[in-house]
Amino acid sequence: MRHANVLDAAGPSFGMSDTAITVYRLQACPFCERVIRTLDQLELDYHSRFVEPMHSDRNVVKRVSGKRSVPALVDERTGVTMSESANIVEYLEGTYGGEH
Amino acid sequence: MANLDFDVVELPEREHVATGEVAPDFTRPLVNDEFWEDRSLSELTDEGPVLLVFYPMDGAFPATYIWKELRDRAWDETYDVRIVGCSISDPYAHRQLIEERGIDYELFSDPNNTVAVEYGVPHDLDGMTGVSEPRAAVFLLDEERVVEYAWVSGEWPEFPDYDAIEAALDEL
Repeated sequence: MRHANVLDAAGPSFGMSDTAITVYRLQACPFCERVIRTLDQLELDYHSRFVEPMHSDRNVVKRVSGKRSVPALVDERTGVTMSESANIVEYLEGTYGGEH
Repeated sequence: MANLDFDVVELPEREHVATGEVAPDFTRPLVNDEFWEDRSLSELTDEGPVLLVFYPMDGAFPATYIWKELRDRAWDETYDVRIVGCSISDPYAHRQLIEERGIDYELFSDPNNTVAVEYGVPHDLDGMTGVSEPRAAVFLLDEERVVEYAWVSGEWPEFPDYDAIEAALDEL
């Protein structure tokens, strides 16, 4: 898709310059919701990108994070990209927990 | 459409967003071939002219006809324009349409049809109680979201005047 490569080239927060955190998520995925809950608790702004249930349809997540699992989080503030909800929650609380 | 020996259903005239007006901004999930995310129309127009195409729900034959024609004309390769669609179909259906029809364009998902209402182009479907979708309609917008060209179907079905759109693109 022509515009998708524009999006990718400019980074996940393209067009959402005030939002540094992008979450790749799957609708109704409890691991994803766990990350969203943590973001909400820490009062962090985030931008959601939804992908398909089929792993084979998640090339965008693979390109960004190296694997097709969700949630995947991209934090432009720190340059961190992570998978696995437990790791992400730990990262968010460790990075932003004290400031809020 | 082919010449038919009976009358095609006429849609009532109604006020819609017209040439020279600023098109209403909105935010809806915008679906591409890999994911969807909330995007606003103004974010897109900030980057350049946009051709906003309202069309009947994914799976109906007018949707297929319209996107096949737009794909074949590939205006985005010739003109400085971004082509985006809007229908009531959900993001999963949009993904399927994009994939099955080889569409290179992004599609807004507006299941409540409120964007079409804002633009004055809703169509309550007879025989599908409670379902309203956009009429086929095309709005060419400049960087300030000013409407350079507008077309709204007056019949059910009716298809855009693609040559007229092309002429409007020439004028950009």
